[in-house]
Amino acid sequence: MLSYLINGISLGSVYAIIALGYTMVYGIAKMLNFAHGDVIMIGGYMAFCSTSYLGWPAIPSVLFSIIVCTMLGIVIERLAYKPLRDASSLAVLITAIGVSYFLQNAALLIWSSNPKAFPNMVDLPNLVVGDIQISSVAIVTIIACIVIMIALTMFTTKTKLGKAMRAVSEDKGAAQLMGINVNATISMTFAIGSGLAAIAGVLLCSAYPTLMPTTGAMPGIKAFTAAVFGGIGSIPGAMLGGILLGIIEIFAKAYISTQLSDAIVFAVLIIVLIVKPTGLLGKKMAEKV
Amino acid sequence: MKKRLLALFMSAAMACSLAACGGTGAAAPADGADASEASSTDAGASAGGSGALTGTLKVGMIGPLTGAAALYGNAVTNGTQIAVDEINAISGDFKMEYQPEDDEHDAEKSVNAYNKLKDWNVQAIVGCVTTTPCVAVAAEANNDRVFMLTPSASATSVTEQGDDIFQLCFSDPNQGSASAQYIKDNGLGSKIAIIYNNSDVYSTGIYQTFSTKAAEVGLEVVSTTTFTDDTANDFSVQLTDAQKAGADLIFLPIYYTPASLILQQADAMGYKVPMFGVDGMDGILGLEGFDTKLAEGVMLLTPFSADAKDEKTVNFVKKYQDSFKEVPIQFAADGYDCPYAIYEALKFYAAKNGGLDVTDKSNEDICKILVSVFSDPSFSVDGITGEGMTWTANGEVNKAPKAVVIKDGVYVGL
Repeated sequence: MLSYLINGISLGSVYAIIALGYTMVYGIAKMLNFAHGDVIMIGGYMAFCSTSYLGWPAIPSVLFSIIVCTMLGIVIERLAYKPLRDASSLAVLITAIGVSYFLQNAALLIWSSNPKAFPNMVDLPNLVVGDIQISSVAIVTIIACIVIMIALTMFTTKTKLGKAMRAVSEDKGAAQLMGINVNATISMTFAIGSGLAAIAGVLLCSAYPTLMPTTGAMPGIKAFTAAVFGGIGSIPGAMLGGILLGIIEIFAKAYISTQLSDAIVFAVLIIVLIVKPTGLLGKKMAEKV
Repeated sequence: MKKRLLALFMSAAMACSLAACGGTGAAAPADGADASEASSTDAGASAGGSGALTGTLKVGMIGPLTGAAALYGNAVTNGTQIAVDEINAISGDFKMEYQPEDDEHDAEKSVNAYNKLKDWNVQAIVGCVTTTPCVAVAAEANNDRVFMLTPSASATSVTEQGDDIFQLCFSDPNQGSASAQYIKDNGLGSKIAIIYNNSDVYSTGIYQTFSTKAAEVGLEVVSTTTFTDDTANDFSVQLTDAQKAGADLIFLPIYYTPASLILQQADAMGYKVPMFGVDGMDGILGLEGFDTKLAEGVMLLTPFSADAKDEKTVNFVKKYQDSFKEVPIQFAADGYDCPYAIYEALKFYAAKNGGLDVTDKSNEDICKILVSVFSDPSFSVDGITGEGMTWTANGEVNKAPKAVVIKDGVYVGL
């Protein structure tokens, strides 16, 4: 029971850290960045290449991966999303799916479809409590998740740039009138979101060390579910949603059926959305008509 | 969108360049076939009346020599070519003419390749290498009464096409029962946990026959858990379940990619238990970046291991390496055993019926002979993929399974 709970939390923390990136971009730019899961995959490959081919130690290769993903995020935003700033949200959504496929196929060309085993970046001993082992990767993921959540909350509430982001998310036009550079702010959001994706990629691949061009796809969808579950746009909501989703998934597998676990996870999502359409911690917003 | 087009174009270009490689590889065996033809023109005239086998048999082969599955097709034809050359060197007045045809792992092209072989008056076929083309060709071959022995198409749908289609490899479900039998016979475990992929036909098929056989031979299955292609990430629940149930062996009828995750997560949990896989596990040591220490002690059922020390395997591996500059994979060994099985079957018939001259026999006659011999339980072949291979009338092979264990990062015969 307790070991399942711990497994659930460690799986959930991986979902949570991905969900933070989703919710961040959605909260500010009001768009679903479906390419997020694939930026995670690129982050994983970057860390893989720098450690396996260049022989770098863990910390520099994680930093390298963050830098590459941040730049990739800015480039994607500049090329794919910026020209569509005034287009309907559906057009942006479809573009995001296009970017997602582009990244997957590009990775397929560069690294081929052969899976690669990811080196363990978190080389610490496991924590043993009684007869239960808690893997060091899970502990690092949970800590990273909490630190990122607090840092993001502080950033958006306390700093000038963060306040600008919130202003943009509430009303682009008004924010621009108040002298905020809307384009730069949205680009900044993507840069941060993609940097988070790199960290998520490294942690995801450390926990489940197979790296393929489709590695980011399924966790990306699960994390999106987690973000909606917790209330999309809400930073603590993403964390809560991720961890709950992980726990539900593991418990469904352990006590009901390993075959039905995904069906149960998504059924829970549907129920939550019926009862509370904005998600667990979602803000109630007056519909603009 | 432009970039995706570019990506598509580039992948198409890569496929073409691969195709070119396959083309040159296929040319070499064709030359070899010509050579054997030249040396066999004056053979066969002396039809023996004393149980001797004489004449020239036209053997065709169908497999993907180019395209995405070219690795398998080329391995088979390389192995088959070595065997044909060896047979021609030792068989006196009997010769084999060998003709490989490319099917690009495509059912339609495979039927074209088959028609080409028919025009060449083929008398028996080694093929097809891959399952989907094999099903299509087998239906045609059954109509025309052409004997087929597939080295590697392992699905049961292949042998269901007709009484003249035989397999040299274990059929998918047979791997399951063979594994259960092997585990029981060698006392590898008594409380078995199974983790299989229930979104995959291959994995599910092996699981079903394994559990049936396990019940028969008295192995206790204490934990059965599943995953799907979409949930092949987290195996903590499956492993915890196996651990709690007190399993002393985990059976993994799955491919090597999820298996590598299972090994890694079991290690992270500090759960040490022997694991037993099937042929899908073959390849785990080639996974880039995989820490082979994790696979230490993993056992797998495979018909062939290149480092086996018996004389036949050593001889084959040496010849293969000399000719093709690489270590033969399982498919090459399957390809190598096929001509020998046909040769032994014809000799078996000749010995029983006072000699056989195959030169002017139609494919119907050869088919009748081979089907009767292969279905005969007293007929057996010793090959490098199994000792004492016999066949059932429906075309499935019976052979003693071989298992290997991973030791110090290489496969070692068990």
